[in-house]
Amino acid sequence: MNTDFTWLIGGPQGSGVESAANIFSKVCAQMGYQIFGKREFYSNIKGEHSYFTVRVSDQNIHSNVNDVNLMVSFDAETIFRHFDEISSNGGIIYDSELENTDTGRVGTLDEPFKERLHKLLESKNKPFTIAGVLEVAKEKGVKLYPVSFKSLLQTLSEEVDNPRLRGLVRMYNILGVSLSLGLIKMPSNSLVDSIDDTFSKKPQVAEINKQAASFSYNYASSTFENFDHVLTGVPKQPNTILVQGHFGTSLGKMVSGCRFQSYYPITPASDESVYLESNEILEIENDRPGSIIVIQTEDEISAIGMMIGAALTGTRSSTSTSGPGFALMTEALGWAGINEVAVVITLYQRSGPSTGLPTRHGQDDLLFTVFAGCGDFPKIVYASGDIEESFYDTGNCFNYADEYQIPVIHMMDKFLSSSVVTCKKFNPKKISINRGKLLDKVEGEYKRFAFTDDGISPRSKLGMDNGVFWNTGDESDEYGHITEDPQIRIKMMDKRMSRLDLALKTIPVSDQAISFGIHDYTIISWGSTKGPILDAQTMLKKEGIDIGFIQIKLLHPFPTEYVKSLVKDAKVLIDIEANHSGQLGKIFKQNITRDIDYYILKYTGRGMTSTEIYDSLKKIVENKSSKREILSHGA
Amino acid sequence: MALKLTDYKTDVHNDWCPGCGDFGIVNALQMALAEMGIERDKATIFSGIGCSGKTSHFINTYGVHTLHGRVLTFAQGAKLANPDMTVVAVGGDGDGLGIGAGHFVGAGRRNIDMTYIIFDNGVYGLTKGQASPTLKLGEKTKSLPSPNTNSNVNPIGLAVVSGFTFIARGYSYDVRHLKDLIVKAVKHKGLSFLDVLQPCPTYNDINTRDWYAGVDLAQESMERHSRIYKLEDTNFDPTVNYADEVEVNEKLSQALIKSLEWGDKIPTGVFYQNELVSPFSTRLIDKIPNYLENPPAKQIISENGLPNTDISKILDSLNV
Repeated sequence: MNTDFTWLIGGPQGSGVESAANIFSKVCAQMGYQIFGKREFYSNIKGEHSYFTVRVSDQNIHSNVNDVNLMVSFDAETIFRHFDEISSNGGIIYDSELENTDTGRVGTLDEPFKERLHKLLESKNKPFTIAGVLEVAKEKGVKLYPVSFKSLLQTLSEEVDNPRLRGLVRMYNILGVSLSLGLIKMPSNSLVDSIDDTFSKKPQVAEINKQAASFSYNYASSTFENFDHVLTGVPKQPNTILVQGHFGTSLGKMVSGCRFQSYYPITPASDESVYLESNEILEIENDRPGSIIVIQTEDEISAIGMMIGAALTGTRSSTSTSGPGFALMTEALGWAGINEVAVVITLYQRSGPSTGLPTRHGQDDLLFTVFAGCGDFPKIVYASGDIEESFYDTGNCFNYADEYQIPVIHMMDKFLSSSVVTCKKFNPKKISINRGKLLDKVEGEYKRFAFTDDGISPRSKLGMDNGVFWNTGDESDEYGHITEDPQIRIKMMDKRMSRLDLALKTIPVSDQAISFGIHDYTIISWGSTKGPILDAQTMLKKEGIDIGFIQIKLLHPFPTEYVKSLVKDAKVLIDIEANHSGQLGKIFKQNITRDIDYYILKYTGRGMTSTEIYDSLKKIVENKSSKREILSHGA
Repeated sequence: MALKLTDYKTDVHNDWCPGCGDFGIVNALQMALAEMGIERDKATIFSGIGCSGKTSHFINTYGVHTLHGRVLTFAQGAKLANPDMTVVAVGGDGDGLGIGAGHFVGAGRRNIDMTYIIFDNGVYGLTKGQASPTLKLGEKTKSLPSPNTNSNVNPIGLAVVSGFTFIARGYSYDVRHLKDLIVKAVKHKGLSFLDVLQPCPTYNDINTRDWYAGVDLAQESMERHSRIYKLEDTNFDPTVNYADEVEVNEKLSQALIKSLEWGDKIPTGVFYQNELVSPFSTRLIDKIPNYLENPPAKQIISENGLPNTDISKILDSLNV
């Protein structure tokens, strides 16, 4: 039997849900399992409901599933919101002190949710309390593991003679994760190691936490009974790392030689910039000095302006933002376009429009990004499908920027940024650095925008000997001085736009789109839907249903010829995206002039699960689906 | 070979209106560059949008004509990445104090070693003379349909409270004095601001060359009645000499009070200078000790087309 186990921990924001989930993930990964974890949270600092689901498997996994096998909670809201996600052979570890808490006592439960919950409980004739919802779960077959967190700490404090432990509510997260690991019989030594890692800067805190962890682990393994899921470890896969969402682009930027990043704080993009600043001193081979300058600016307009200024000095430069910030950057994006500046904008999308669902997922910005900026100018829009890919793609994006002297927008999203996953260790030597026609020296007369056969001019940089040039946001001549001459205008526009064709001709097709098989039913998609699609594809294959899948990475310029050649044998096309209007579908239709047969869309702000995609695909194959399947799983 | 003034001039046709105050500023800037002997390829002039935005095309150094209101952002990014360059940013008062006011304040807080010159004429010239941020409340320049309904920004005052560490005002028809101020501003270690009064002969019929010269005050007399005077001709001492809060506050307050003087007497010269505030590069050196020897633009990032950055320690810490 394969292991496929999903664990959920929830609690108020600020109560340590994330550190508990990180410990759980680390422990499971160290015991050889593959991990796919995902964090959901409100736009709030303290108090609102946040939760983390961690899927653990001995197989390669790329997504979450709907069913939760074990939930642990130390607050009432988590139980109210998630009790119905627990599978029939699953379990709930909960704080028995909460049994009598009714929905009215939980101020952060919003009215629409309460209404739905009350209706359900009424129909089952249960009270609006924790006891009520737990009865519903129990009737379904879910096993309940009540434990008083208060008494647990009390007993522990007496046992180790440390009165400080009594009432230490902020340790509830450690109790929760340790009880869970005890229940599933996960060997405990890696738990202790992982706590040491987590609190490595605070040895005293680590000590208390280790005591609490061992105590509650032992309590669960000796007291709780009859749980169907036992995870005792599997052989470790070599070369595996456990990474958080932004590590791909952060480490990718370091390796690609990005040495300047400007940014303005915005969820979910700023984690990357903060991480880069925390690692601003770089290690360079042969003991060379190295560093990356990370500047927090007064707004996103300044962030893109500074990035462009830095890029003009020949420095590989970047900014990282989300939709609202990118909206502010579009005027300057056009400036980078007309001035042929090599820059990379990492766009961590979230759910819009405007502030939208600021801490939730969405792929709403594809059309906006492809068309961003006034006027006609070339840009490259490139999207990564998972964290591992995003590391190598970052290298590609910087190369595209340099080779084609063009702004590149690297599309990421919140689904990726708040994931914690195991993947193959990144290999920096698989990234190459190609700076295109960037000059080392200039001799003789220099024209920054000289007309050339391939449409790309040798590039000087600010401060370089003899390389003086001019830039302007106006149309310019070969020197970079303003011109309004109609003939030069034609030549300059043609020169700039020609690099879109050049990019399509020279970027290897394997980097433009990836085919995961073509069948009668074939999916087209882009970005982070890749993971859940791959898992759903595998689930269906086990039932003998073959579904094709094309992941499109180069969104602009659109690889029309290549995608056309891929889809020609597919009879039914299914577009899967996390937005309302099927934005890739629109781009596809515009370029391929072929209709999309079905859409599977989600715009609740929560990422797709493979279960949802599996269910929808099955409906499509069985001819029971409507043209638009709208997904809604997730609290 | 020593560089001559003409070496800093391009042959780009200058399409400013005859008599425009901008000519004086571009001349003063070229004279200042020549006097300091800054190599053409070691200086970049950044400019905003509007008449003043064309300045970078007339000067034969690196020239970056940016976006409306955003000149400081481009200039700061470039200076941070290549601190060896001399960076001068120029733009109009609408550019810097209207659409770009947020960047003006942001730049003040950083104190990056560069110079910002505002061409201050009270109108948006290139869009046919609308009121700009420095035009006074109730004034009606000739293309306004009705008197100005906004109060004016005080550029010197805003620089004082934003953290600029060299603050001065020049007059575009006193080119030699302006050149001296530019030299001081560029040599200053930190962010310099220069407010240059620059009559727009086409659209500002109030603050004209004659008005600054005090022709209206002269009446029948033959005396000089110029409104413009130089602070250095008075006993005004703008310089902070000790890192002492009392002295700093005194000098800041004095500059702010002086900036309010307007009407029959308009001060020019240096209002405030404080080299004791750490320039941004020093703040970076505190974190990255070799920043100035090894700034972003000078770093070698690859060896034979492969990256030379070693992230193996970070990757090892992520091992499971």
